[in-house]
Amino acid sequence: MSEKNPISFQLTVDDFLPASDAEKQNLVQMRPSVGFWKDAMRRLLKNKVAMVSLVVILVIMVFSFLIPGIYPYKYEQQIQGSEFLQPMVYSPQEQARIDAGEKVFPHILGTDNMGRDYAIRVMMGSRISLLVGLIASAIILVIGSVFGSVAGFFGGWLDLIMMRIVDIIYTVPDILLIVLISFSIKKPLENLAETQGFQWLQILGPNLISIFLVFALLYWVGMARIVRSQVLTLKQNEYVTAARALGASNGRIIRKHLLTNCIGTLIVTTTLQIPSAIFTESFLSFLGLGVAVPLPSLGSLASDGLNGLNTYPYLLLAPALLICLIILSFNLFGDGLRDAFDPKMKS
Amino acid sequence: MIKYIGKRVILAAFTIFLVATITFFLMNLVPGGPFISEKSISAQAQAALKAKYGLDQPLIVQYKNYMVNAVQGDFGLSLKQRGRTVAEIISSKFPVSAKLGGLSVLLALLIGIPLGSIAAMNRGKWIDQVIIVIATCGIAFPSFVICTVGLYLFGVYLGWLPTMGLTTPIHYILPVFALSFYPMAYITRLMRSSMLDVIGQDYMRTARAKGLSQFVSLFKHALRNAILPVVTYVGPMLAYTLTGSLIVEKIFVIPGLGGQFVSSIINRDYTVIMGTTIFLATLIIVMNTLVDIAYKLIDPRIQLN
Repeated sequence: MSEKNPISFQLTVDDFLPASDAEKQNLVQMRPSVGFWKDAMRRLLKNKVAMVSLVVILVIMVFSFLIPGIYPYKYEQQIQGSEFLQPMVYSPQEQARIDAGEKVFPHILGTDNMGRDYAIRVMMGSRISLLVGLIASAIILVIGSVFGSVAGFFGGWLDLIMMRIVDIIYTVPDILLIVLISFSIKKPLENLAETQGFQWLQILGPNLISIFLVFALLYWVGMARIVRSQVLTLKQNEYVTAARALGASNGRIIRKHLLTNCIGTLIVTTTLQIPSAIFTESFLSFLGLGVAVPLPSLGSLASDGLNGLNTYPYLLLAPALLICLIILSFNLFGDGLRDAFDPKMKS
Repeated sequence: MIKYIGKRVILAAFTIFLVATITFFLMNLVPGGPFISEKSISAQAQAALKAKYGLDQPLIVQYKNYMVNAVQGDFGLSLKQRGRTVAEIISSKFPVSAKLGGLSVLLALLIGIPLGSIAAMNRGKWIDQVIIVIATCGIAFPSFVICTVGLYLFGVYLGWLPTMGLTTPIHYILPVFALSFYPMAYITRLMRSSMLDVIGQDYMRTARAKGLSQFVSLFKHALRNAILPVVTYVGPMLAYTLTGSLIVEKIFVIPGLGGQFVSSIINRDYTVIMGTTIFLATLIIVMNTLVDIAYKLIDPRIQLN
């Protein structure tokens, strides 16, 4: 083979021998198979913005759910003589106690017009806002996914009627109805809260319940549409036919096969609902339709802070900035989840 | 096409009817009537007032009467502001809100479209990053935060701008800016993603290849295609500026329709509640329907169904 024959194909005989075991091994490139969750988690962990947002959310959650338990002040506790303190300032009484050798916890964010420590009120406020966001999204998740999957799965005239209902709710101007519903069910709920067996309503406050009711009535339609479109394509799959052939009931197919297969979409849509619920709650609280006094929410704190804006701007700025931070980090984390779970949905 | 338009119009009309019905029964659910808070008047006077406005009749009869009148364009008299019709109140308050909303929509479009296009054309560069950060913040910050912080910063701390009312042009700056912040951010994001989409299309390369300048190809080819998603957003945007003005009107003490809506609910001024709700809902629903129809007319690629 040393001299090249221009007409020859220049083939080597060795190339046509059966491959040895070592060579075979070389060609096989087996990686451990990456599951749906692992794949998504890997993409999520790589996303720096989403991870930073997650850390911010976790820190805010620690501050709003754990710290208030060990904080030396209570959110409804009015401290005599320390009204309208600037941040990190002590009242004369507290100064006297410090001079006497006692330890007094500083008012990190000052106090409000009734002498309540503002830092703990902001923490409680973000607890309420977070709770509203989480519970409202859970409600939306349940109603939206059930409605959407039933409409998509059964199809036909049932689907037609259900989707017309969705269309109508979609076109209803939501803010107008929210304000109206909140106003009109406030009194009946307050009356109901006074009757036997419904005292637990008092703890939540009628306004909070009306907010949940509004979400349950109006806000699930987006989720229902998304779930329906997913179910429409998923139900064509062979495994659905197989499940039916094996005698699975409709309910079981929806639960075990269809909803579990659109879990990524469900997670992403629910996460992105949380900031919008917090947004709406703060909007209502700001109009005076939010949680019942003395319970604070970030919206009502900001609304109260507006009154003394000239002299005590921090009373407004603290809750206002915190609510921006919460919504921003949930939005960014939700975007990260969407990129991780559903790369096709990326816009 | 006609079938599609017909379907949309019927749906819109039915939705308006539904909103009116829900509103009617919801507001009657609230205990207490429009005349209860006036403590000075006697029970007989109250009964007489109720009879005068037909509030003594069964609810279903009131509903029927109201709907029959409303369809004929008669929204009745205000129960609280004696002697004024609901139509008068709306026509005196609405121009204020409309001016505010219209200016905000204009501002949002004028800033959002160029910002989004600039970001798309400089994809990945620092200017793109800056615009993305601004847009992300704009979507996350509630309007009341923008309003109050703006009010504090420019009205109180710096003292540059007036803090309430709408008497001179300079009064418009803060409320209009606060109201347009969210739609502006949203349009920027929409515009950026649709512009990125369009720039990658084959016809853009063709336009450049046949010798059109960067300027002409951008304005004649890219912008006209990329602006379509923004058109669909005009409807919801109008709804947002109208309802978002609830907050803005409250903070800046502006006598608009949003404030009127809230105060009429607090006062149980039934006819004004109905009037403003139907008016605003009709406006929003009609706008949305028109935009949807226009969208299908503009873009032949979208299939009717």
